[in-house]
Order: sequence, then structure tokens, then C-alpha cells
Amino acid sequence: MIAQTPILIVVIPLLFSLICPLIGLWRKGLCYFWAILALSLCALASIDTLFAVMGGGTIHYRLGGWAPPFGIEYVIDHLNAMMLVIVSLISLIVAIYSRRSVEQELPEKIVYFYTVFLLQVTGFLGIVITGDLFNLYVFLEISSLAGYALIAIGEDGAPLATFRYIVMGTIGACFYLLGVGYIYINTGSLNMADVQQILPQLYHSKVILTAVAFLLAGLAIKMALFPVHGWLPDAYTKAPSATSALIAPLMTKISLYVMVRVLFTVFKPHLSVELLPVTDIMVWAGFIAILGGAIMALAQTDFKRMLCYIVVAEVGYIVGGVGLANTTAMKGAILHILNDAVMTVGLFTVAGIIMYKTKSHSISDFKDLFKKMPFTMAAFVVVAMSIIGVPPTCGFFSKWYLIQGALIAKHWAFLGALLFSSLVCVILFFRVIEVGYDIRASHGGQAHGAGHPAIIDEAPLSMLIPTIAIAMAIILIGLYNQAILSDIIAFAVPKF
Amino acid sequence: MFEFIVGHYNYWMYIGLMMIGFYAMMAKRNLIKKIIGMNIFQSAIILFYISTSVKRGATVPILEHAHGGHGAHHAVDVMQYANPLPHVLMLTAIVVMVATLGVAVAVCIMIYRRYNTLEEDEIIMSIRRG
Repeated sequence: MIAQTPILIVVIPLLFSLICPLIGLWRKGLCYFWAILALSLCALASIDTLFAVMGGGTIHYRLGGWAPPFGIEYVIDHLNAMMLVIVSLISLIVAIYSRRSVEQELPEKIVYFYTVFLLQVTGFLGIVITGDLFNLYVFLEISSLAGYALIAIGEDGAPLATFRYIVMGTIGACFYLLGVGYIYINTGSLNMADVQQILPQLYHSKVILTAVAFLLAGLAIKMALFPVHGWLPDAYTKAPSATSALIAPLMTKISLYVMVRVLFTVFKPHLSVELLPVTDIMVWAGFIAILGGAIMALAQTDFKRMLCYIVVAEVGYIVGGVGLANTTAMKGAILHILNDAVMTVGLFTVAGIIMYKTKSHSISDFKDLFKKMPFTMAAFVVVAMSIIGVPPTCGFFSKWYLIQGALIAKHWAFLGALLFSSLVCVILFFRVIEVGYDIRASHGGQAHGAGHPAIIDEAPLSMLIPTIAIAMAIILIGLYNQAILSDIIAFAVPKF
Repeated sequence: MFEFIVGHYNYWMYIGLMMIGFYAMMAKRNLIKKIIGMNIFQSAIILFYISTSVKRGATVPILEHAHGGHGAHHAVDVMQYANPLPHVLMLTAIVVMVATLGVAVAVCIMIYRRYNTLEEDEIIMSIRRG
């Protein structure tokens, strides 16, 4: 039983998702608990796998018992064991959180929402766990297709945003597929470890250069790296709250994980760093993404849209951090994948609660929120502090390693971009906090003599508890970042 | 140069098809035309994979009458059978692409029901009007 946990991580959400519509025929309300049951089992399996990897090193799981270069293999090392735990725990938290929000926004689609929700998580977990390039493509498309469906059921304008996402997402996936094709023509293998063994003699071939270019271009579209981020803000702003809380933190982070995997497992660091200027381009791409994301975020008056541009900027942090290509920056980048997933889910759960209560995600409608929803806004302040990078929240530590990495690489432009975006985040969040406290209006209210006290009108507990749990997690990850770094991430950093 | 172009004609074909699809996806304003472009783009990649496994005069990698008998033709020599793996991969990719097409058309139906048009400009106009 225990030996089969790696496959269970993918099979559990898949089977539960297939049975979900049948359960929905019987009792609509049960789908929610069914999804939670599935994701809890999945989270247990991934935590068990993480401990197994920490205790005994990399796990190789052969599907159907076929030996690696011929059969599909699941390979779980420290990096993807950590990603599995992130994905399964965040999706569990979002599933718990989603109940009231889905009941309000999509009352007729509860059954199908949870069916596709589980399918989406299957895709995410499959991308992370697999050790096969083509299998990764299939899971990438499973998660994208489920994502299109989940986004399209959103508010007015969501279908058009989804259509654009489909077009861009398909181009991204096809580029990835082409890159895999080029690698396959040259090596005759699709297994990542096997390709890594075969490739070094071919590093000077132009076909491999093209393959690298196609793979990275495809993944850049999937992760919404700045110049090709166009699909992201519209799609995530107009998606239902529960969808954006699930997809916004995970889809981009998983594409970033695939990028790290491709650069340092499929190719050796030797190719990515020394033979081709891949990493130099990545630092500058990260630099542009950070500046672009931060400046575009300043221009937004819609809260969810502003968060989307923050996500774009955060993608820049990680791409740039990987591009700096030294151990410290790499540690920072991988820690930031973890931190940013947790921070983004925190931001979007808060946005979902505000949407649930005020029916709006425009910043100008946020008046008096601190009085009405003290706990939600307290959680929001913690997440905002973390995005800005205030110790002891987790955002500080990953940013600290990224800055140290930039110093070691003597890349002053990237360093400047990191500091600049932190300052922009201060402005962004204090603007929201200012509206939430409603300083000007309360002065005006006293002048009129009609300052009615706002009544506490907090979100339902099923939404509030997950949000507060995320805020606590942000502080805990910050406090225990040394343990995470030395026990997990230290093993995940490639040797340069 | 002529040799290079003619010798790699399958790759030129797939590049041409891919660019036609890419152009339709980017430049056409009608959503159905974009979907058609998307399909041409994906089909180009399928043809690329399939063309890499083509071999002149090769057979399927199945041991015909492998248990003996007259006229047994054993295609176990690499030169004699066509690589089946790209075909298998593309079977999976076709399934994925059909699913993408399905989702894209479903989204188009949603758009048409809400805005009564599939021209992108008109949809954007009607979103702006609220």
C-alpha cells in the first residue's frame, strides 16, 4: 500500500472527480464533502511522500512495472515532493473555502464545479510528479482544459477572456510539444533522466538549441511572463472567486517548476548556464516582468486585477532568480515558489471574501471594510506585509535570498527591480488599506454629525478559517524558513 | 541549397502550415476563424511528428507469423520498421486537441448566447457598453 503512494496522489483526485457527478445526481450538497475527502487523502499521500523522500532520497515509481526509458516513470525528488505538498494543501484549503462562494456565485453548477475542480488538481499533481516529457504535456493540457472550464463560468466577460486564454494556452502547449519533439528526434527518448544522460554529446547541435527555445517560449506563455502575460489579468479577474483562488497561485508556480525541471534536469546546468545565454536572457526577462507587472499594478482600480499584475511581477522574481544561476539566488527562487503560492492564495481568498460580502472587487467599494470585517482584513494585512517583504513573514526571506543572489552575481539592475517592486507594493497595499479605513469619509461624517458606527459583518466561518490559516502559514513559513531551506530546498538546488 | 530545401520538404510543409495557423489565430477577428487557425496550427505539429517516423519501404513493427511458417517476415531490424512511438504520441495529442477544440467551441457558444455575435470587435464594444 505504502509503496503505491506516488500513483495514488494522481489517481485519487482523478477517480473521485469521475464519481463526483454521480454523487451529485443523488445529493448536490455532498459534492463539496466528496471533494474535501479526495483532497485530504491526496494531501496525506503527498505529505507521506515528502517524508519518504526526506528519509530515503528520490523515489522512482514505474507505471505498470515497465523499466524507465520504455515505460512512464514517476520520479519524486525533494523539489517535486515539496511542490506536491504545496499543490495538494493549497487545493484542499481552497476547496474548504469555496463552499459559500460557489453557492452564491454558481448555484446551479455546484456539482460540475467540484468535478472540474478535482480534475484541475489531478492535472497539477500530474505535471509535478511525472518524470516523462510527453506525459508532462498531457497533464499540462488536462490542467489547462479544466482551467478554461472553471474560468469560463465566471462573471460577464469571462467567456471572451477564456477564449483568449485558450488561444494563448494552446500556442504555449504546442510550443512545448514541438520542443519535446525536437528532443525526441535527437535522443529517441522521452524520459527526463534518460534524456539528460544522452544529450550532453549533442549540446552543440542546432536542433537542441531550437528545442530549448521552443520549450522555454511555450512555458513562458503558460507562466505569464511579462510580454506574453496578456491572457492572465482578464482571465483571473473575471473567473469565479474560488477558481481564481485555486488557479492563480498554482498554474503559474507549476509552470515555473516545469521551467526549473527543464533547465536543470532535462538539460544540465552546464548547457543552460555556460553554453547558451539562457540564464542571462532570463534575468533580463525577469527584470522586465518585475517592472512591467509593478507599473501595470499601479494603474489598476480593480482589486483582483491589481492582484493579477502582482502575480505577473512575482513570476518575474522567480524567473530572474533562476536566471542569476547561483546557489543563493536559486534557493531564494525555489523558496519564493513556495512563498508566492501561499501569498497569492491568501490574496485571492481575501478578494473572494470581499466579493462575497460586497459583490464587488473594485477598490473604491472597500470603504469601512476594516470595521466590518476585522479578521479578514487582519489576514489581508499579514499577506500584504509578506508581499512587501516585512520580516518575520515568509516573503521577506525569499526576497532576502534573491537580493543576496543578485549581489553575488553583481546584477545591479535586477537588484534595483526587486527593491523598486517592493516599494510599489507598499504603495499598492497602503492604497487599499487607506480606502478600507476610510479616513477621509470618517472626518466628513463627523462634520455632518451623522457618523453611524459600522457593525461587524464578518465572512462565514468556512471562508474565514481557511483565510486565517493561510495568514498563520505565512508567518510560520517565515519563522521556520531555515528548516525548510536546509531539509528540503538545499537538496533541490542544482549544482552549478 | 536546392538539396537542402527539397531534402527537408516535410519540415518546410509543417513550418508553412504552422505559420498559416499562427497568422489566423493572431490576425483574424472572428472567433471561429481563430479556432480554425488553432486547428491548423495543431495539425501541423501532428504532421511534423508523424513525418519524423516515415521510412521508405518500411513496415509495421509487428512480428508477422512470428511462430514460424512460410514467408515469415520478421521486421526486427531497425531499418525495416517505421518507428511507432510518434504515432502513439500523436494519438494522445489528437485526443488532447479534440478536447481543446470542444472546450473552445463550447466557450464560443457561451459567447454567442450572451452577445449574439462572434466578431471580437463587436463583443468588446458590447462589453464596454455594459
